[in-house]
Amino acid sequence: MARSVKKGPFIDPSLVKKIEELNRENKKVVVKTWARRSTIPPDFVGHTIAVHNGIKFIPIYISENMVGHKLGEFSPTRTFRGHGGKLAERVTRIR
Amino acid sequence: MARIAGIDLPKNKRVIIGLTYIYGIGKSSAKKILEEAKVDENIRVSDLDDDQTKKIRTIIQTKFKVEGALKSEVNMNIKRLMDINSNRGYRHRRGLPVRGQKTKTNARTRKGKKRSVGGKK
Repeated sequence: MARSVKKGPFIDPSLVKKIEELNRENKKVVVKTWARRSTIPPDFVGHTIAVHNGIKFIPIYISENMVGHKLGEFSPTRTFRGHGGKLAERVTRIR
Repeated sequence: MARIAGIDLPKNKRVIIGLTYIYGIGKSSAKKILEEAKVDENIRVSDLDDDQTKKIRTIIQTKFKVEGALKSEVNMNIKRLMDINSNRGYRHRRGLPVRGQKTKTNARTRKGKKRSVGGKK
């Protein structure tokens, strides 16, 4: 079910604070975050945010088209390397 | 012969059904169109006179996005998802279900015909 419009989008408050700070100082720094559930508001455009995927932080450059999506959508949590075959077997052994 | 939005409507069907042959128009929008054009939905397509056809055509042209325009809009939306590298775009690219369905079984509509995987030795 979609989120109630009454509440407005969920945007991680601490992330907003950090980005606002950067906007004020006109700086671009990679911000690390775990807030995959946070919606991307228009002020994030142009920043690079490193979104945790459970193992590491995936840096994401926020473009205008991404506004309204969640951060987690851009940081895949699973790696699929195909079924069967030698390659898949080797890869699973390494991990 | 009624030709609307580049599509020949089937002659022997009721108008409300005939309109649904246009991509982007289902039964409910067909009903709305006919109500606005003040055309009885039960008459056959072949019985439409020129006046009624014209009315229906203008309503569709002004208020609905159909056929090519609609198809390209849908494709643009999908392309956008793929371009921004979102998870949904990735699912489209791989031809997998996009809305969180399971893929352990089923999902054949998206994945197409079964491909067997070679057994390992």
